Amino acid sequence: MIAYILRSLAQGVLVLLVVAFIAFSMFRFVGDPVANMVGQEASLQDRQELRERLGLERPFPMQFVIFIGNAVQGDFGISYRQARPVSDLMRERLPATLELAMLSALFATVAGVGLGVYAAIRRDGFLANTVMTVSLVGVSLPTFLIGIGLIYIFAVELRWLPSFGRGQTVAIGWWTTGLLTESGLKSLVLPVLTLGFFQLTLIMRLVRSEMLEVMRADFIRFARARGIPERTIEFRHALRNTLIPVVTIAGLQLGSIIAFAIVTETVFQWPGLGSLFVQAVQFADVPVMAAYLVFVATVFVIMNLLVDITYVVLDPRLRGGRTLAK
Amino acid sequence: MTDTVLSVRDLRVEFHTRRGVLKAIDGVSFDIAKGEVLGVVGESGAGKSVTGSAVIGLIDPPGRIAGGEILLSGQRIDNLPPEQMRKVRGKRIGMIFQDPLTSLNPLYRISEQLIETITTHTDLSPSQARTRAIELLAEVGIPAPDRRIDSYPHEFSGGMRQRVVIALALCAEPELIIADEPTTALDVSVQAQIITLLKRLGREHGTAIMLVTHDMGVIAETADRVAVMYAGRVAEIGPVHDVVRNPLHPYAEGLMGAIPTLAGEEARLVQIPGSMPRLTRIPPGCAFNPRCGYRFGRCTVDRPDPLPWRGHKVACHLYDPASGPHFLGEGRTLAAAEKHEEATA
Ligand SMILES: Nc1ncnc2c1ncn2[C@@H]1O[C@H](COP(=O)(O)OP(=O)(O)O)[C@@H](O)[C@H]1O
Ligand code: SF4
Ligand SMILES: [Mg+2]
Repeated sequence: MIAYILRSLAQGVLVLLVVAFIAFSMFRFVGDPVANMVGQEASLQDRQELRERLGLERPFPMQFVIFIGNAVQGDFGISYRQARPVSDLMRERLPATLELAMLSALFATVAGVGLGVYAAIRRDGFLANTVMTVSLVGVSLPTFLIGIGLIYIFAVELRWLPSFGRGQTVAIGWWTTGLLTESGLKSLVLPVLTLGFFQLTLIMRLVRSEMLEVMRADFIRFARARGIPERTIEFRHALRNTLIPVVTIAGLQLGSIIAFAIVTETVFQWPGLGSLFVQAVQFADVPVMAAYLVFVATVFVIMNLLVDITYVVLDPRLRGGRTLAK
Repeated sequence: MTDTVLSVRDLRVEFHTRRGVLKAIDGVSFDIAKGEVLGVVGESGAGKSVTGSAVIGLIDPPGRIAGGEILLSGQRIDNLPPEQMRKVRGKRIGMIFQDPLTSLNPLYRISEQLIETITTHTDLSPSQARTRAIELLAEVGIPAPDRRIDSYPHEFSGGMRQRVVIALALCAEPELIIADEPTTALDVSVQAQIITLLKRLGREHGTAIMLVTHDMGVIAETADRVAVMYAGRVAEIGPVHDVVRNPLHPYAEGLMGAIPTLAGEEARLVQIPGSMPRLTRIPPGCAFNPRCGYRFGRCTVDRPDPLPWRGHKVACHLYDPASGPHFLGEGRTLAAAEKHEEATA
């Protein structure tokens, strides 16, 4: 089991190295950073000085090693556009994105599993069928359309909820939270619904089909033959077996919520990492782009690791054991 | 008969499918007494499992009981409300399925599964249930049960898992156990042990056992009586030694011919020509008639009813005095009739 987790960890580190390499390569191939940073009238000498200060004169592999070394310490250099440390920019934006993503993930998981189980148990019920049909919309509609639709209904027509920004936030150390003020909470509703909806429908459909599959298994039939009440069969015997395959896909999906956040943050002018990245792309602000890439990869790797650990918790077969001789 | 545990009367089970109504069970009747083992044989698709599922009230949709009645110790159970039927399952009827590898929930310790079953059907507290579970495991022959009880199913071999399954079926001391091919999925070397165990437990607890199997050898050793099923009907039912040694129904005769004899003789594997009809297209008259070498006029017209015949019940016109010249009179068996045919031909 320890070996299993270690292997998973090693894989994660490898993935991070590859992504870091890609991120780093951007420095060479995307635009000329110096031209972006200094004005038209800067002298050749100024430019040369700047190149040296940015470490652009060193050999390529050397630069990569330095990049990794700095990245591990959270140092991604200076933003070309804002001339401030990238880590400061990221740290300012991180709470907005994390709060949005975590709440969306929570919403998608809780509602997705709940509705999926309901749709599986009430397989032919009217409500279950309605839920399934609506979920088809969720799977096929692009996120930005859902966001715009929600804004139209709840912000423009009904005027219940704000359509952009985080509202008022409260600072706790370097972290800023929107969870403690009314306007902050209100501002979260629409972005969370928008970002979570796609994952919700996906998780729900997955849970439903897996659960229906499990309900056909022999051990369910045997549990019925033992006279176990149907509720216990559904929630004790079937659900846990359902969650094992669901955890993988749902886990990775939740990781991708961070990536999907770019669209939602743009639609709602959410001051998070996603909109920071979009701006960075517009200005070829390579250090910010690189940092963002590494950040997203880290989130995926962590999710993957959590998935693997959850597996071990859920499935005793992975914990290893002895077999009694015949 | 006061000691009849299970009584199935004219049971009919239908599956309503897109291609029409499939009569999986069509007029099946039999009894099982306390402590008795009824062997149920017949080729695949004959309706053995569906009969068992009907008794325990677990027919898969779109199937349903279309007629007849099922009595457990005199009480009708085929029309019980679902919640009451659930309380019968596991408490008064225990079930054992074919594949012990898939019968247990892989994610729970066997202690959890045993205690769950015991507390569902008795007033025992969880810790008393655990003590009882350990006793049960000891009874079915699991070594070091107090230690093994906290293992997961995958930590047991197939034979041991089937013992656990049997312990689960026994949790509430049921009156009836339905064992549906309990050894088919097991190693040949452990099959006999499981059968012996079942037989012993049935005797010790006075449990009635319905033992479904393909294995005529198992039937011959274990069963008190045997029912031969064909196309959802009982072709013949009677004491095991008579049916095995001296089958009356032509289908039963073919089936018994298909047992390799033990004493190292040439295995006489008589193949019955043809195959069982599709249940949506059972021929009129006797269901076996397209394959029967003794077929005569009324076989394709009248459906034979099971009639008593020297301690057996046989559904075949040959044993019906109303069949006139084809009637196999007292003292004549099929083999004798065949010799007679040959001699007169
Ligand atoms: N779930 C089902 N849906 C439709 N038909 C079924 C179903 N289960 C069983 N049957 C029908 O009932 C017949 C008898 O099946 P079964 O009792 O399983 O046979 P066996 O004697 O091999 O145990 C099968 O031939 C099949 O046509
Ligand atoms: S009734 Fe006729 S067809 Fe059916 S088994 Fe008897 S002899 Fe054969
Ligand atoms: Mg079967």
